[in-house]
Amino acid sequence: MQNLINWIDARIPMTRVWNMHLAQYPAPKNFNFWYFFGFIATIVLVNQIVTGVWLTMSYNPSAEGAFASVEYIMRDVEYGYVLRYMHSTGASAFFFVVYMHMFRGMIYGSYQKPRELLWLFGMFIFLALMAEAFMGYLLPWGQMSYWGAQVIISLFGAIPVIGDDITLWIRGDYVISGATLNRFFALHVIALPLVLVILVFLHIVALHEVGSNNPDGIDTKKKKGTIAEDDKPKFKFHEYYTSKKDIVDSIPFFPYVVLKDLVAFTIFLLVFCYIMFFAPEMGGYFIEAPNFEPANPLKTPDHIAPVWYFTPFYAILRAVPHKLLGVIAMFAAIILLALLPWIDRGKVRSIRYRCEAHKWNIVMFAICFLALMKLGAGTADDLNKFLSRLFGFGYFAFFGFLWLYSGNEKTKPVPERIA
Amino acid sequence: MSNAPVNKSRRRFLTAATSVVGGVGVVGAAVPFIASWNPSAKAKSAGAPVEVDISKLEPGQLIRVKWRGKPVWVISRTPKMLGVLDGLADQLRDPASEEPQQPAFAQNIHRSLKQEIFIAVGICTHLGCSPLFLPDTFAEQVEGIDSGFFCPCHGSTFDMSGRVFQGVPAPLNLEIPPYRFIDDTNILIGKLEGEA
Repeated sequence: MQNLINWIDARIPMTRVWNMHLAQYPAPKNFNFWYFFGFIATIVLVNQIVTGVWLTMSYNPSAEGAFASVEYIMRDVEYGYVLRYMHSTGASAFFFVVYMHMFRGMIYGSYQKPRELLWLFGMFIFLALMAEAFMGYLLPWGQMSYWGAQVIISLFGAIPVIGDDITLWIRGDYVISGATLNRFFALHVIALPLVLVILVFLHIVALHEVGSNNPDGIDTKKKKGTIAEDDKPKFKFHEYYTSKKDIVDSIPFFPYVVLKDLVAFTIFLLVFCYIMFFAPEMGGYFIEAPNFEPANPLKTPDHIAPVWYFTPFYAILRAVPHKLLGVIAMFAAIILLALLPWIDRGKVRSIRYRCEAHKWNIVMFAICFLALMKLGAGTADDLNKFLSRLFGFGYFAFFGFLWLYSGNEKTKPVPERIA
Repeated sequence: MSNAPVNKSRRRFLTAATSVVGGVGVVGAAVPFIASWNPSAKAKSAGAPVEVDISKLEPGQLIRVKWRGKPVWVISRTPKMLGVLDGLADQLRDPASEEPQQPAFAQNIHRSLKQEIFIAVGICTHLGCSPLFLPDTFAEQVEGIDSGFFCPCHGSTFDMSGRVFQGVPAPLNLEIPPYRFIDDTNILIGKLEGEA
């Protein structure tokens, strides 16, 4: 056995990579439940890829056959409904997990120096994920697939001068048609998954270069030579990390963190399976009712709303009475998140040691985000628009406030070490 | 390996020239990938403008043509039908056609190029049914107005310019397609004046 390992190691750095990134990778010892979601997101990505490949085997990407082939998967293919619900529930789970993961980054300041690029890769993953989900939702070719895509594609029509040509170019036809379906299928099953996997790889490479943040926001990599030998953890960490810094208060990622994550994953799986088997449509929030009707270009559904994970941004879009400005506001809501490392001028990372205003600001942001999520799913009556404006303002105000108080913030004393 | 001295400026020139040529190559290679997303010849021919001959169209009559898969109405409006249009403003949702449901030339009470010839996409803006043309019996739907369009699905009503009445489910006026007159009796639906 050792001979085989030696033979491989002489040709590809198997043991070195295992040690560097798993068995001897230092992770802070004070991870709490917020740190489960990155691990879970990775597994959900694998679930999406595997079930996606299997769905492709029975799916027919044409305007004539798409809807019927999804029905075929649901009724005739053995366990087809399980595969499809794993995929559709997985999409919602992915966003839930990613939103939690992002919120973790916000409360513990994980986007701050030196993790700016790590945060940006994460934001690119979020963007790719939204594109992936949007294109995937067209594929069943139901009414909401069709009209949802109609609404989103027509957003590009708001761009001055070239807008109409761009929407025509995206659709490949004068209306959304089989041409649009086919290109979305190609992007959904080949192009974007590749992009996602590459971005996730870069996200992890960037993470392992700078190391994980932790709930205290304290560096666990101290200046070389400042820590006494018996003060260091009794674990062996890879010399790639120990040669540059003194590692404190850390444990190896494998097996300690992995096992903890697996417990969390088991609980996640329990909830996931419950939803998948007993509420896969989630009362119309995961799979919307009009999508049980085939796409009909001549008939608009009464009420068009995106799936729940897009609704916060959709609410912002609708809150602005001007089409182009609405589109700009919607994209600005995402771009501002990406710019957090530069908007936040603070030096203290974790919410535990930041000023009181910061806590309330983050609470306000979370409330606004959830309220917009609810509002974006409803009909745009006057009350809805008013509330969307109110909470949309709160969403943007978060960034303004953060920039203002973080310049000269009264923080609590940050401990030198993780207690 | 030659021991001749390195000519740095020549190297720089060659690097730059190679990069520029390579860059042009990349741009050229991108063209098919981007252009393939444009509507195919098949989609274009299915969406091509259609020509309508209106020489046999009697006053008060409607003919239907199909354009991009949608029914398009061509109607010859009588002076009586036109006379009513002016006084309806307070009964309509969007009397001045402010919503973008028509080309610029049709943003008036007639919503047409020539007053008597009315052209519209015959699809209700509510849920896509095709409304009925009631040249004489519209008063049963809207009191005091003899002619208009009535959608049998959910009861939306439109005047003889396709403007939607208040208090019906349809939110918008009927869509006016782009079109132009080739000559007095031939209309090209799908192209504006001056469009190639």
